[in-house]
Amino acid sequence: MKLTLEQVEHIAELAKLGLTDEEKEGYRVQLSAILEYADMIQQLDTEAIPPTATVLPLRNVMRDDEVTPSLPVEEVLANAPDVEDNCFRVKAILG
Amino acid sequence: MALYELTIREARALLRKGEISSVELTRAVLERIEALDSKVRAYLTVTPERALEQAREADARRAAGDDAPLLGIPMAIKDVICTKGVETTCGSRILKGFVPPYDATVIVKLRAAGAVLLGKTNTDEFAMGSSTENSGYFTTHNPWDLTRVPGGSSGGSAAAVAAGEALAALGSDTGGSVRQPAAFCGVAGIKPTYGRVSRYGLVAFASSLDQIGAFGREVADVASVLGVIAGHDPRDSTSVNLPVPNYEEALIPDIRGMRIGIPKEYFVEGIQPGVEKALREAIRTLEGLGAVVDEVSLPHTSYALPAYYLIAPAEASANLARYDGVKYGLSIPGETMWDGYRNTRGQGFGPEVKRRIMLGTYALSAGYYDAYYLKAQKVRTLIKQDFDKAFERFDALVTPTTPMVAFKIGEKIADPLSMYLTDIFTLAPSLAGICGMVVPCGLADGMPVGMQILTGAFQEPTALRVAYAYEQATEWHKLRPPLDGKAEDKEVVRQ
Repeated sequence: MKLTLEQVEHIAELAKLGLTDEEKEGYRVQLSAILEYADMIQQLDTEAIPPTATVLPLRNVMRDDEVTPSLPVEEVLANAPDVEDNCFRVKAILG
Repeated sequence: MALYELTIREARALLRKGEISSVELTRAVLERIEALDSKVRAYLTVTPERALEQAREADARRAAGDDAPLLGIPMAIKDVICTKGVETTCGSRILKGFVPPYDATVIVKLRAAGAVLLGKTNTDEFAMGSSTENSGYFTTHNPWDLTRVPGGSSGGSAAAVAAGEALAALGSDTGGSVRQPAAFCGVAGIKPTYGRVSRYGLVAFASSLDQIGAFGREVADVASVLGVIAGHDPRDSTSVNLPVPNYEEALIPDIRGMRIGIPKEYFVEGIQPGVEKALREAIRTLEGLGAVVDEVSLPHTSYALPAYYLIAPAEASANLARYDGVKYGLSIPGETMWDGYRNTRGQGFGPEVKRRIMLGTYALSAGYYDAYYLKAQKVRTLIKQDFDKAFERFDALVTPTTPMVAFKIGEKIADPLSMYLTDIFTLAPSLAGICGMVVPCGLADGMPVGMQILTGAFQEPTALRVAYAYEQATEWHKLRPPLDGKAEDKEVVRQ
């Protein structure tokens, strides 16, 4: 699987990673090699094999919806770069 | 013997008898860190005042009659585990300055058991790597040879324990990150079964694989730590509600009649001859102890690496979406909100983390999901079935931990695929979610070799028992790295 520069740019945009031109070219080469190696799994016939998302026999884990104390807001916000009125402050999403 | 060289078991005996205090022990280890860590660089953060305060507290508890299992024992914590009030960076620039407002469940448990926490150990960024060279801060050096890597990603924890800079340590293991550095640094380590230890407060890398594990200088120490950190946690819905056995009771030096399988796919071309030789000898020792040894096949072994490097990056790409410069850590604003994300993530993450986010995003993206991510999950089923089948016939499987001993710093960093290949023996057990234990079993080129003991889900007592029986019959765990010019230690064992 050889990736094109356009594909690399598309993936970077999906992941919201700002990359330099040098990084893009580096990842194009490296990811192509890794994917080529990974293509090995296409040899296996998995038609009748179910996927494993988790090894645990657990599925939905339910609990009672009880109110318990949460972390103090000021402690949670203490790590934030920008805060206003007990909220994380961000740039406008629309417009 | 210097206090920092004590095992947990030895230290506990002296503390109980009142021959030493935790403050003395902790001070000795802090002095060792002070003297040595400029060379080894195991720690990202050392917290001496906090540690001494906890040691004083431990001494007070003991004076009041408390005898909690880790009371007064100085330990190191991998920097991917949240510690309230102590910076937790995951080895990443993007989390520089992040001070968690809460403790991980394992930290709460260690503190309740009386452990003294020395600081946070270096790791490959977000636990992605096999050498600590992907740390956003610096590379840790292998105490056995400072020009070599300690392994990774929990390389700081393994190096700290090997160098006498902690009596024991916590690490995390997603595809081998406890087992590989344990082997490279010549210490004991365990990756418990997925679901055995709560992941609450462990910064997520690949959530279906991540598991917290422990390092110690002998098997009993690993058992002691595991006994404290294991168990169900309502805050981690993937922690399993099964009783926690008394792991110290599993330390029986008798494996007569135990059925041990040797997977033939783990003794392949390309394995370093000294590593294979050490393993073959270790297997003969197990046989000599009365184990019934036979060959077994795990036919899908070679597909573990490609499956892992699709599944783990896919999960990572989702988990690491949270680093957006809004809630914590680095923030590099741009014209728009989206520019801020691109700047922060582009500049805050290191090359390997970005590589894996890219790989994972690709494997999950429209048009490729079925061919890569879903296919890899199906291969994961086949790999798990291999182990299920093997454990019908065997109590444990024994393999090398890595195909080679610790490699030189810089040797593999330019070629990601060759770095990934150092993990080929630890990835399949991770995908199957089973228990993996490592004990030192020899030297090759003067560097430690580790034996990997695999047991089925929640069969930690069996893994510990095999490891303990082997350890009691050999001297490898008594070897110490030649940090103080004490080469005679090596000679004693070679005779």
